[in-house]
Parts: sequence; structure tokens; C-alpha cells
Amino acid sequence: MAIIETKTLTKTYGKIQAVRGIDLNIEKGEIFGLLGPNGAGKTTTIGMLCTIISITSGNASIAGCNVIKEPARVRRKVGIVFQDPTLDTVLTGRENLELHARLYGISAAVRQSRINEMLELVDLKERSNDITRTYSGGMRRRLELARGLLHKPAVLFLDEPTLGLDPQTRARTWEYIKKMAKMEQTTVVLTTHYMEEAEQVCDRVGIIDHGRIIALGSPENLKESMGGDLVLIRAKDTPVEKIKALAYVSTVNLSDGAMGITMKDAHLHLAALLSLIPNVECVEVRVPTLSDVFIKLTGRDIREDSSEDSGSWVDSVARYRQRGN
Amino acid sequence: MDERRLQKELMGIFAVWWREFKVFQREKSRIVSSIVQPLMWLFLFGSGIGASINISNVNYRDYIYPGVLTMSVLFGSVFFGLYIVWDRKLDVLKAVLVAPVSRLSIFLGKVLGGCTDVILQVLILLIFSFLFPSVNPWGIPLALLLLFITSISLVSMGLALGSMLESLEGFQVISAFLVFPLFFLSGALFPVDDKLPTWLQGLVKLNPLTYAVDGVRGALLNVNIFPFYIDLAVITIFAVVMFLLGSILFSRMK
Repeated sequence: MAIIETKTLTKTYGKIQAVRGIDLNIEKGEIFGLLGPNGAGKTTTIGMLCTIISITSGNASIAGCNVIKEPARVRRKVGIVFQDPTLDTVLTGRENLELHARLYGISAAVRQSRINEMLELVDLKERSNDITRTYSGGMRRRLELARGLLHKPAVLFLDEPTLGLDPQTRARTWEYIKKMAKMEQTTVVLTTHYMEEAEQVCDRVGIIDHGRIIALGSPENLKESMGGDLVLIRAKDTPVEKIKALAYVSTVNLSDGAMGITMKDAHLHLAALLSLIPNVECVEVRVPTLSDVFIKLTGRDIREDSSEDSGSWVDSVARYRQRGN
Repeated sequence: MDERRLQKELMGIFAVWWREFKVFQREKSRIVSSIVQPLMWLFLFGSGIGASINISNVNYRDYIYPGVLTMSVLFGSVFFGLYIVWDRKLDVLKAVLVAPVSRLSIFLGKVLGGCTDVILQVLILLIFSFLFPSVNPWGIPLALLLLFITSISLVSMGLALGSMLESLEGFQVISAFLVFPLFFLSGALFPVDDKLPTWLQGLVKLNPLTYAVDGVRGALLNVNIFPFYIDLAVITIFAVVMFLLGSILFSRMK
């Protein structure tokens, strides 16, 4: 039986529909990623599952407890790491965990041993008696992960766990998340708009846009649905029809003099393909990413700020355009 | 409510109180300033006017001692409560509010935490009571009880206001239009008798803090206007009303 089940989960704020009927089953032990751009409804969905945000219609249950009817029991079964840091910066790392342990009714007999166990898991034992104000961003995140898992929740929710961290710290934070999920045997539901990172961590992802799940599956399956590798060619002549006729080519898009081609087994067929195109200026071959899946489904890039380093399809086209000018 | 549930709620109340106590211990500058200000009222203002004025055969500086104690409870309590606006801004409260502890327990923990801070400040001020010859030390326990009840009402009031405020700008408004009027109209600095203009007398008698000041003054100086049971009744009712109002607004807070 799924540990999280939702049925047409819906949230409206006045006239705005933040979440429009989400049906989702998440299995025990999974690391599940809810991916989508800002404002897609990720945080609202998690908020409803954690009983922080009221549900407009539909239903959900976590570990057999109904989210609407038994919010107190649900709260005991979930751990949450919010998007914005929520540590008490006046308290030390250990005191933050002590506060949390008491709020979750962890008895005095096991409290200290459990706190020590979690501090060791996130490598913060040495610094545990320092005020958290003195912690770096990565350390604060790790302490929040430890806090989220302290009361042994059945499900750990992580809302944008790597937001605001530098790339190196982000990579380390994901490692901690994977390690902890495994050791604690916790189901993890996370949101992120870093698609590449989600690919590496999640067993399954749901792509969410405008409050709806538009794709669901393992990262591998979703990428396979793209129909092969991505080849971007910029050339003086663009014989689109000729290329479309090739058996191994799935799609061809022409955008401002650059051809975006999806094709099977690019490593086998690329030479043959290029021989058909005179005066090639530039070629890029890539295996598709989840970002490409998102763009294919929505016609938009997931990032608001496309100047950020990335290898996504649209960005590549945009860069070629700029170079052309 | 079964016994285990009750036990967990009590642990939650203790957790919130414990957090407030830790913060109190850490923020020493706040304690110092909360002690220095009343002492300035007593020794700079009180000694100045007391040089030439006695009220009810008590030197003015001694006369305002109970009033200044009540004042420090007023300021300490209301601003403690309002501090949750800041906590919410920093998201410190968010992690507490999603815990499986009822809002009422969190509110109660906060109120008790605030009362502890304020009563500890009062105790420090009471150390100086030997410098005020008219003060009867045997009245101190009763004065503390009255100030404790008063601090419950005022911390609750501060939390109620803090639950509604969205930003810190409201601090100034509340300070100017609520806290200072409550102080000046409490009889902390002057006796509430027939010499007062009628409008002022009316306002002072409407102020619940007047009864706190009067009760504490009765306990410490044996000088009072209203019978003790009236003082106790008014501040107790005020505390119950404010606690209920505060807990409702705190529960509705987003």
C-alpha cells in the first residue's frame, strides 16, 4: 500500500487555483521529487500534506492517517524541512534538537541518545554546542535535516532543500539526504527546481505545472519519452524535410536558423546526418535531461533566470542566437 | 484527553517555556536595559520630585515604587508578546507551529515564558527595596502575586496584538497609543483621588492597570484607594479575558 495517497487534491485562494486536483501514490521508501517552476504549486501541495495549509477539496492520507480528519496524527508521522531556514538562531544546535524532541514528545530516556545519533549522522557533533547563528548555510541545512528526522517520521518533506546554497554545498546536501533516507528508511518527498539534481537523487519524479501533474515516472523513463538524443545544428542551409524523412530522426524544429533534432542513437547516425547538411557551423549533441522533458511538455524553461549556467535546449538556442548577431 | 496525550501537551508547554528562558538568559542586554529604565524613574525622577513632595505621608520616591514595578511589568510583558512578530518574520515559530502540539499549549508556554522573564526582572528591582524606607518587606509576596496575574494579562495582550500585526512598524503605534497611555493613566505616578480632573479620573478608573498599581501599593506601602478584593477581582478578570482573547487570536494566526 502506498504511504502517501492523494485524491484530486485541490487548493484555491479566492479565484486563484494553486493546486488543481492532484492524484498521487507514493510508495514506502521512495525518494520522490516534485519538480516544477516557482509558483507551480509544489509548496502548496506539500503544505496540504503536512496539514499546514487547509485543503479546499479532495483528500489525502499519510501512513494510513487521513490528513483532513486526523491532522494531529499526521503531524506526528511527518518531518518537514521548510524552504526558508527555521532554526532558532539564539539556541545552539543541540538545543534546537532538544526543543524539537520535546515538542514531538520524545521521552527523556531516549532523547539524548537520539540527538547524538542525528548529530553524528550530519557531522555536526563537534559544533553542537555553538549558537546556530554562527553556522554556515550548509551546516544550518544539515541541522534542519537532522531535526526533521529526529522523531523518526514515516515521511520526510523537503521543500527546496538546496535553495540558496552554493553548488558544492548543494551536492553535499544531496549526499546527506540520500544517506539519511537510507539509514532511517524514511520515505522522502522533496520539491526542487534544480532538475539535474533531482535526476540524480529521486527514484521517481512528478513534474508539476500550473497546479497539475503533467508527467510522472522515473527520471530515466521520462527522458526516454523524449524520443532519443538531442542534436543541435547550426548551418547555412537547413534541409529540414530531408532530415525529417530519415528513419532514426524523431522530430526536427527550426528556430532562428538552428535545427533542434531528436534522434535515436546519435553516436551511430551523426556522421550520416551531417553528410546531408552543407556548411555546418556548429553541432551540439546531448543526452536529454529532465529540463528538456519539462520544456517539451510546457514549451517553457523551468528557470526564471536563463542566464544561469545550464545545458538546456532553449538556452542553447538562445546562446547560438546571440552569437549569430 | 487521555493521559499520554496530556503528558505530551505538558511536554510541549515546557518546551516552549524552556526556549523562552534560554533566550532570556542569552539576551543580557535586554535584561540590563529593562532594569536600568525603572531605576532611572525611581532615582532620577522620583528622588527629584520626592525632594519636595510627600503623598499620604509617604515620600514621593517611595510612593511611585509600586507604580514603577507595575510599569516594568507593563513594558516587559507587552513587548515580550509583540516579539512574536519578529519570530514570525524570521520563521522561528514555523517549526514550532507544525509540531503535534496544540496551539493553546504553545500559547500557554509563551505566556508562562513571558511571565517568567518579567517576574525575574521584578525580583531584581525588589532587591533595591531596602533603599525605600516606607516599603514593608512582608508585603512582597502579595505584591508578586498581583504582578504575576498582571503579567499574564499583559503578555497575553502583547501576543494577541503580535498575532495580528504583519510588520514591525506596528510597534511604534502600539507603544505610543497603548502602552504609554496605559502607564500614564494607571496612577503609577500620582494618586487617584478627587483632586484629579473628572475626565482624567474617569479614564484612570477605566484602566485595569490602575487596580494593579493600587493593589501593589496597598501590599507594599499600605496606601490604597480601592479595597483589596476589588483590585484582585479586576486584574483577575482582565487576565482571564486577555488570556482567552490572546489564545483565540494566536490559534487563528497564519
